[in-house]
Amino acid sequence: MKLPCVAIFALALAMPALADGPAAPIALSLKDHRFTPSEIHVKANTMAVILLSNQDATAEEFDSNALKVEKVIAGNTQGYVRIRPLAPGRYPFMGEYHSDTAQGVVISE
Amino acid sequence: MLASLLIVFREVIEAGLIVGIVLAASRGVPRRGLWVGLGVAAGLLGACIVAAFAGEIASLFQGSGQEFFDASILIVAVVMLTWHNVWMAGHGRAMAHEMKSVGSAVRAGERPLTALAIVVGIAVLREGSEVVLFLYGIASQGGTTALSMISGGAFGLAAGAAISAFIYFGLLAIPPGRLFSVTSGLITLLAAGMAAQAILFIQQGGYFEYFTNTVWDTSWLLKQDSIAGRLLHTLVGYNDAPNGAQIFVYSATIVAILGLMRWERARRSQIKTSARPA
Repeated sequence: MKLPCVAIFALALAMPALADGPAAPIALSLKDHRFTPSEIHVKANTMAVILLSNQDATAEEFDSNALKVEKVIAGNTQGYVRIRPLAPGRYPFMGEYHSDTAQGVVISE
Repeated sequence: MLASLLIVFREVIEAGLIVGIVLAASRGVPRRGLWVGLGVAAGLLGACIVAAFAGEIASLFQGSGQEFFDASILIVAVVMLTWHNVWMAGHGRAMAHEMKSVGSAVRAGERPLTALAIVVGIAVLREGSEVVLFLYGIASQGGTTALSMISGGAFGLAAGAAISAFIYFGLLAIPPGRLFSVTSGLITLLAAGMAAQAILFIQQGGYFEYFTNTVWDTSWLLKQDSIAGRLLHTLVGYNDAPNGAQIFVYSATIVAILGLMRWERARRSQIKTSARPA
């Protein structure tokens, strides 16, 4: 069991060059527990990166079962959210700690 | 109150299931309560520390600190679960036998309970830090009263603990002779699910971005974010839309654990045979 993990880590460490790569990040901001823009368009079957800046004072968790992402962004900081290649469709996401207002959707087309 | 109840419940069931399995797997071991208790306490303390430094952790590794942290502690948990299973493969039969023969001294004190305590600690830390962040956010916002937040949290905790007790007593209904093979199987799947989660975090961190395409989608059948989906996700690593790398890591982990267990069993029986006087 240790072997695959070691192999994965070795690969991961050996390839930092690939990490800073793809398209320019899509800007997404969170203020008063609302996402702007609340609709994000990405090209189908292509990796995309969202740069989420949390302008609220409290932490928020970007959570999406459809996108398979769970990422905590502390208050007044920003962080990258990587979007896997998606088949065309709508992929909702939310801020788990304020899900009544923090809602958005990634549209793959 | 409902929001804090739901979130706390959601996080607590995940840690609670793992605690339930660990308690069942360590049945008959002296002082296991102490070890599991230490694991929970260390996990809670760690959760507060992680929540307090969430911003600092996240900013490490070019903003991928949280992903690396999550992946690392998951890999530690996978290694600990593997260690436990391999150890049990060597000693489990003798232990089950001793438990069946009434009155025999359980000579199991040498068991690596540290491994299971660490797994419990990690489970509590992961889920607990999210609860702390969430409750802190609500508290500092001042929208809901402290009383409603605390009562929601307490109900969530109680419901999660009930699930943990349910799986524990459910597992105890299994006859002692079979209990360890069942818990070994559960722990193998638990470890495989954690390993698959770890590779996802590594990919989220921007590394190993291969085989990221979704291979199948069973969300029409069972959504992963439903309660049943979450339970299965924690127990056996259920994922309603896994990518290629996750499927590979999941299968490789199972094969590796079963292989190591078989190897240990063979090694043990070989030692026994050669030690027997001719």
